Amino acid sequence: MLGAAPTDFIAARQFFMLAYIARRILASVPVLVVVALFVFLLLRLTPGDPAAILAGDMATPEQLERIRESLGLNEPLASQFLTWIGQLLSGDFGRSLISHTPVLTLIGQRLEPTLSLAIVTMLITLLLSIPMGVVAAWRHGSLTDNAVMAMSVLGFSIPVFVTGYILIQIFAIDLRLFPVQGFKSIGSGVGPFLSRIVLPAFTLATIYIALIARMTRAAMLEVLDEDYVRTARAKGLSERVVLFRHALRNAAVPILTVVGTGFALMISGVVVTESVFNIPGLGRLTVDAILARDYPVIQALILLTSGIYVVINLLIDISYAFMDPRIRY
Amino acid sequence: MGAARNTDAAAAAEGDVLVVENLVVETTGRNPVRIIDDVSLTVAPGETVCLVGESGSGKSVTSLATMGLLPKGALAARSGRILVEGEDVLSARPSRLRQMRATRMSMIFQEPMTALNPVLSVEAQLDEVLSAHGSMNAADRRSRIREILSLVHLPDVERMCGSFPHQLSGGQRQRVMIAMALVLEPKLLIADEPTTALDVTTQKQILKLIAEIQERLGTSVLFITHDMGVVADIADRVYVMRHGKLVESGRIDTILTKPERDYTRDLLTAVPALSPRAARRATSKETVLETSELGMVYGRASLFRKREGTVAAEKVDLRLTRGRTLGIVGESGSGKSTVARCVMRLIDPTSGSIRLRGQEIAGLSRSALRPWRKRIQMIFQDPNRSLNPRLTVGDSITEGPINYGTPKSEARERARQLLQLVGLPADAIDRHPHQFSGGQRQRIAIARALAMEPDVLVADEAVSALDVSVQAQVLDLLDDIQKRLGVALLFITHDLRVAAQICDDVAVMQRGKVVEYGPTAEVLGNPQQAYTRELIEAAPGRHWDFPNFRPMPGAEAPLQNSPGG
Repeated sequence: MLGAAPTDFIAARQFFMLAYIARRILASVPVLVVVALFVFLLLRLTPGDPAAILAGDMATPEQLERIRESLGLNEPLASQFLTWIGQLLSGDFGRSLISHTPVLTLIGQRLEPTLSLAIVTMLITLLLSIPMGVVAAWRHGSLTDNAVMAMSVLGFSIPVFVTGYILIQIFAIDLRLFPVQGFKSIGSGVGPFLSRIVLPAFTLATIYIALIARMTRAAMLEVLDEDYVRTARAKGLSERVVLFRHALRNAAVPILTVVGTGFALMISGVVVTESVFNIPGLGRLTVDAILARDYPVIQALILLTSGIYVVINLLIDISYAFMDPRIRY
Repeated sequence: MGAARNTDAAAAAEGDVLVVENLVVETTGRNPVRIIDDVSLTVAPGETVCLVGESGSGKSVTSLATMGLLPKGALAARSGRILVEGEDVLSARPSRLRQMRATRMSMIFQEPMTALNPVLSVEAQLDEVLSAHGSMNAADRRSRIREILSLVHLPDVERMCGSFPHQLSGGQRQRVMIAMALVLEPKLLIADEPTTALDVTTQKQILKLIAEIQERLGTSVLFITHDMGVVADIADRVYVMRHGKLVESGRIDTILTKPERDYTRDLLTAVPALSPRAARRATSKETVLETSELGMVYGRASLFRKREGTVAAEKVDLRLTRGRTLGIVGESGSGKSTVARCVMRLIDPTSGSIRLRGQEIAGLSRSALRPWRKRIQMIFQDPNRSLNPRLTVGDSITEGPINYGTPKSEARERARQLLQLVGLPADAIDRHPHQFSGGQRQRIAIARALAMEPDVLVADEAVSALDVSVQAQVLDLLDDIQKRLGVALLFITHDLRVAAQICDDVAVMQRGKVVEYGPTAEVLGNPQQAYTRELIEAAPGRHWDFPNFRPMPGAEAPLQNSPGG
């Protein structure tokens, strides 16, 4: 690269980046196929029969058999799998065994609450945890540092539903600042949306704030010992510039990794928060579907989650390149 | 150098750019340890002052204190004053201190790769100095950045601006550092071992650049170094430090010819002479190691990318007999370490042959290689990192022999003997590496290598990380061991002085090829190749015969800055 002008360098980088993204997307296809196969087989192997649940306690064996027949559950596993994959490829995720609603419609209804919760949670987390971690590392060993570390241990150890109920008690019941529970779409106004999402988001954020503040602190501590931080100080730059421009950007890669995986985990880990705050999201849909052995819904949900993992991982890897010019693809 | 005034400390009471008075620095905490004890020094306008000392002497701490950069919570100045152009750094408020940095005093560091921020472009790193300190508008900053980059002789300035540190060579990085330090034309430049991590030829260019800029801008330089050769080449005056105290100070010619203190004399006599040692008689004709047409090409075309491979070594023919020392000298990237790693079979050569006591080992599989591994052992550059900190010294030494089937008790007995052989107490066996000094650790590393009873020891820059006095001791030890055990040494070094002292034969490498190869006395005494001559000429202080406190016989103008200059 040395011989090239900077513009060539950037152009070459963009080319490698695009090629890299294309490779990664192609590589994710087999991942999703394997996930699909595993989900399908595991579900069939777990005890429980959707037909029995549909038919109720009073059903005769003949009725059960008819229901199984109509749902296609009597077909050999291989042909069931192929049928399902074939439908998937044509964009058809099937219908719920229980409510007969198309799976995509079911998920579509539940996607917004969960995504809203995840995004607001992540925003709160980033706004609080990164400055906390940076300051803790900067004032290493001080009272501030100890306070941040103590809060981080608390954040880890208090279960989400406890935090949730405490926050409801204080802010919704005693202070009457927010509604106790429920969800309003952002389409119905920012005010109602925010007033209902803040408490659950903050509840869910506690654990991620603890995690990411700790991570930021550790990464910053390592970087603050580096020579270029000393150089930055020797240039007479202010501490703010030294910390955020010179140190944080170099500490960014491990932090980004945790932020990304944290976000992906959040999508599938919102069940408790959704239950506490009575939010009609994906978490509750998943629980209901599992209890009812609603195969098409469960399969689609798990595929969706793995898809989100794949996309987020790709985004993290691409973001590394923006943080660090040494990374090549 | 330059417009040096050559003043004595006493006569330079006023007008000095830097005055350090009775500086005391201690560690913070309950039991403070004194790191700097009552140090005073001055630097006059345009003068080059060298602060010399070995590791732990406090020379770097003194320079950091001058920048107000003592690590917070670890070190603190207890008393004394540091006046930069008359203003006390120690009592300055943090905001005032930030203003003074880069405008009155600047600093460049040892390792230009780590001292520059890897994720910011050269232009961004220069620009923030200007933005932080002045009211220049964007266009003025742009043109000032280009001006200073051409002042430090960087080629293709526009491209440099958009480059990131990892895209530059070591010398270019140090030039960027110098540009950054001087962009606001401070009166004082503190250079902390700025050329130690660079090749000799690059070192020579950087020293020349500093001298040139100093002359042009009238900057005073406080130059921290451990290298007496560099001192002899650039200093107007010298301060010698040891254990945080000032040992001696004076004008360069006085220090070099009539040092008063024993420590200063020791430092000077420890500098290995550049003239080759007397040839030794060969004791054996048995060839223990031989390479022919050895080649190593990195990163050849893969499935996804078509690329020309990087040729790290090409057609390298070397021969080493029992009890002799063969040196491979060259600059970074010359392929000397690649050859060492191939010979060790730490990497697999892409062509050629390696014969260890007649056995071809270049193509042996991992398992077939196993019995041959113990025949050839390695000593690495940095003993702080080559010894596992969690293992006791005894465990490190006995691990290899036990792995090859020696009973544990026997291996430990042997380890005790080896520790004595390398000059360490036998009870060192139960201690951990961190309880030893750098020189002692390198002795342990040597004992570890010898425990395998090898025919060949490969020493890759094995004394480069050590202070000169320790370096001399370790070289003596290697020599002694060789006499007693008859082991052959393959000695990789960038330091011609060291090579001259220890090697029987020398191979000079450049860009993967051996350009000159023969007995040390001939290669270094009467070099035939231009590159070898270039290396010798770049060796700092080559006009000075340090151990005898006099200029080299026949050398003209031993000091560029002789009195009145």
